Amino acid sequence: MAQLTMIQAITDAMRTELKNDENVLVFGEDVGKNGGVFRATEGLQKEFGEERVFDTPLAESGIGGLAIGLALTGYRPVMELQFFGFLFEVMDSVSGQAARMSFRSAGKLKAPITIRSPFGGGVATPEMHADSLEGLVAAQPGLKVVIPSTPYDAKGLLISAIKDDNPVIFLEHMKLYRSFRQEVPEEEYTIPLGKADVKREGTDLSIITYGAMVQESLKAAEALEKDGHSVEVVDLRTIQPLDVETIIASVEKTNRAIVVQEAQRQAGIAANVVSEIMERAVLSLEAPVLRVTAPDTIYPFAQGENTWLPKADDIVATAKKVLEF
Amino acid sequence: MAAEKNKQFDPTSVLHEIEEKFEMFQILNEDGKIVNKESDPKLSDEDLTELMERMVYTRILDQRSIALNRQGRLGFYAPTAGQEASQLASHFALEKDDFILPGYRDVPQLIFHGLPLHMAFLWSRGHFLGSEIPEGLNIFPPQIIIGAQYVQAAGVALGFQKRGTKSVVMTYTGDGGTSQGDFYEGLNFAGAFRSPAIFVVQNNQFAISTPREVQTAAKTLAQKGIAAGIPSILVDGMDPLAVYAATKDARERAVNGEGPTLIETMCYRYGPHTMAGDDPTRYRTSDIDNEWEKRDPIVRFRTYLEGKKLWNEEKENEVIERAKQEIKDAIKQADQAPKQKVTDFLKIMYAGDMPYNLQEQFDIYTEKESK
Repeated sequence: MAQLTMIQAITDAMRTELKNDENVLVFGEDVGKNGGVFRATEGLQKEFGEERVFDTPLAESGIGGLAIGLALTGYRPVMELQFFGFLFEVMDSVSGQAARMSFRSAGKLKAPITIRSPFGGGVATPEMHADSLEGLVAAQPGLKVVIPSTPYDAKGLLISAIKDDNPVIFLEHMKLYRSFRQEVPEEEYTIPLGKADVKREGTDLSIITYGAMVQESLKAAEALEKDGHSVEVVDLRTIQPLDVETIIASVEKTNRAIVVQEAQRQAGIAANVVSEIMERAVLSLEAPVLRVTAPDTIYPFAQGENTWLPKADDIVATAKKVLEF
Repeated sequence: MAAEKNKQFDPTSVLHEIEEKFEMFQILNEDGKIVNKESDPKLSDEDLTELMERMVYTRILDQRSIALNRQGRLGFYAPTAGQEASQLASHFALEKDDFILPGYRDVPQLIFHGLPLHMAFLWSRGHFLGSEIPEGLNIFPPQIIIGAQYVQAAGVALGFQKRGTKSVVMTYTGDGGTSQGDFYEGLNFAGAFRSPAIFVVQNNQFAISTPREVQTAAKTLAQKGIAAGIPSILVDGMDPLAVYAATKDARERAVNGEGPTLIETMCYRYGPHTMAGDDPTRYRTSDIDNEWEKRDPIVRFRTYLEGKKLWNEEKENEVIERAKQEIKDAIKQADQAPKQKVTDFLKIMYAGDMPYNLQEQFDIYTEKESK
C-alpha cells in the first residue's frame, strides 16, 4: 500500500493495465515524452515504449477517430482529451460513433475505448477548461460515464473502465488531482462501474453527489452534524448508468434528500437523480428533493469562480431547507 | 504594383505550378483505347473479365435498387450508376484482409468484399441484421456522417501498422466531403503516422445540388493531399484501368511502409443524390448528363474487352440475368428477416451485461412483446 494522490493513482491504473494487457494503448496530445500536461502519464512512455504510449497531432476529432480505428483492429485505446471543454471537437467520434459501435453492427463490433479527460473548477483555468459537460455524454445511449472523487476509487474505476468492452468516459476533476492522499493498493483491483459508494453514513438526510462536490458534501455533513443532523453522503462514482439501488436504499432510510453537482442547474445529471427518486421512493419522502448546482450561466471568468461554484455553505443551506421543510 | 515588388516570392505562381502538376491519369480513353501503355496494369484476361462482370452486375444492381425503392421494397438508397470504375476497380486492387470504411454510396464495394446481398438490402431498409457483419469480413457498415470514415481509417491503418500485418485500409468520400474537418484530420493523421491507408475521393461533381466549385477554390481535390504531406493523384474515375492502377500502386506503397495516398477519381453519378426525393433536374442540365454518358466506364471497357475478344453480348446478358436472379433471391431472403423488436435493440446496445436501466426496460418490453 502506498499513499497516493488521485493523479498518481490514475497513472498507476494505466501502468497496471499497460502491463497486464498488450492491447492497451495510451495516446493523446502531449501524453508521451512530456508525461501529460498534469503528469497523468508520467514515465509510461519510458517504461512501455513509443508503440504503446504516444503523442498525436493536435486534433481531438482525429484522436477520437484514431481510437475507433484502433479498436476495430483489436486494441484497447485509452485516449486523452486534454480538457473536457474540448469535447465539442470530438462529439461525433464520442456520441455519433463510438457509443453506437455495438448497436450499429448488431453487436458484432465493439469499442473498448476509455476516454480520460480532466475537468472541473476551482483552479482558475482559462476559458473552456473547467466546464462540467458530463450531462451531455450521460444523455448518450451507448456510453458509460465515470467520475471518481478519491485516489482509491480512481484507480479501481479506471482499471474497470479500461477492461470494459464499451466506451467509457472517465472524467478527472482537476481540483482533486493533488488535493489529498489516500492508501491505494499496489496490485490490480477493480471497482464495478455503475456502483455508488456511501462515503458517510447517516439517518436524517441523504446527500447524493459526485466529483469535487463529494468533498464539499462531506464538509457540509460535518457542519450539519454539529447542529445535530445525521447526514449520509452517497458518492455516485458512475453517473451513467446510475446506481439506483443504492440511491433509493439511502432515501428510504433517511426520507430526505438533496442532489449536489458542480454543473449548472440546467446541466449535469441532478435532474435525473431527482426523477429516479420521485418514481421509486416518493412515498418515503418527507420533503421535496432539492438540488444544489451552479447558476445557469456560462462557466465563469476565473476570478468569478469563488462566488459561482457551489460549496459546503450552499449545501448546508439547502440541506437545512429540506430538514426543516 | 505588388507583383513587381515581390518577384522573388509570387504565391500565385506557386499555386499555379502546383495545380499544373495534377494532370489527369488515364489509361483507357473514351473510345476504349489504351493511351498510356507504360501504366497499363496488365491484368490477366480472367481479371479483366471479372472486373467487367462486377461493373455490369453493379449497374444492374443500381437499376434494380432504384426500381425496388420506388416499389417501396427498399429504403435508403444512394444511386451508383456512373461510378462503377471508381468503386469497383479501386476495390479490385484490394486483398481479402484489407479493411473498407465505406461512405453511404459505397455498398457495391462491400458486396464484392463479401457482404451478402440480402444484408445490403436489409441495411437499406433499416434492419439491424443488415449490419451484423460476418466473422472475418473486414468492413464497417456504410458511414452516414460524412468525414467520420476518414479519421477512423487513420486509426485502422495505425492498428494494421502496429500489428505488422501487410494489410491496408481503404475509405471513400465524395467531393463535398473534402470540405469536412475530419477529411483533413484523417489524411493528416495517417500522414503523420505514415500508416497504410488509401483515401479515395469520388468526385462525382455534385454534393446533392452543390457543384464541386462551390466546395473549394482548389483546382483539384487531389492537391488537398499536399496539406497533409502525402502523395496524391487525380485519376479518370470513368477509366477502370487507371483507377485500378492508381489504387494498386497506392496499396503497394502502403504495405511497404511508405504511408497513405489520396486518390481523386473524377466521375459522375447519373442518378439523383439519393432516392429520398432529390431531383437532379433542379441543378443539372441534360447536356452535362450526356457529356458524362459519353465517358461511361462500362461502354469504354466493353469496347476494350471486345477488341481483345474477351467480351460479347452473350456474356453480358449472362451477367445481367445472373444479377437479376440473385437480386430477386436476395430480396426474398431479406423479406424473411424477422421483425425487429425493442428487446433486440436493447440486447445489442452494450457488449457484456446490460446496465440496470436497459435491464429494466428489457423486462418491460419482454412482457409487452409476449402479449
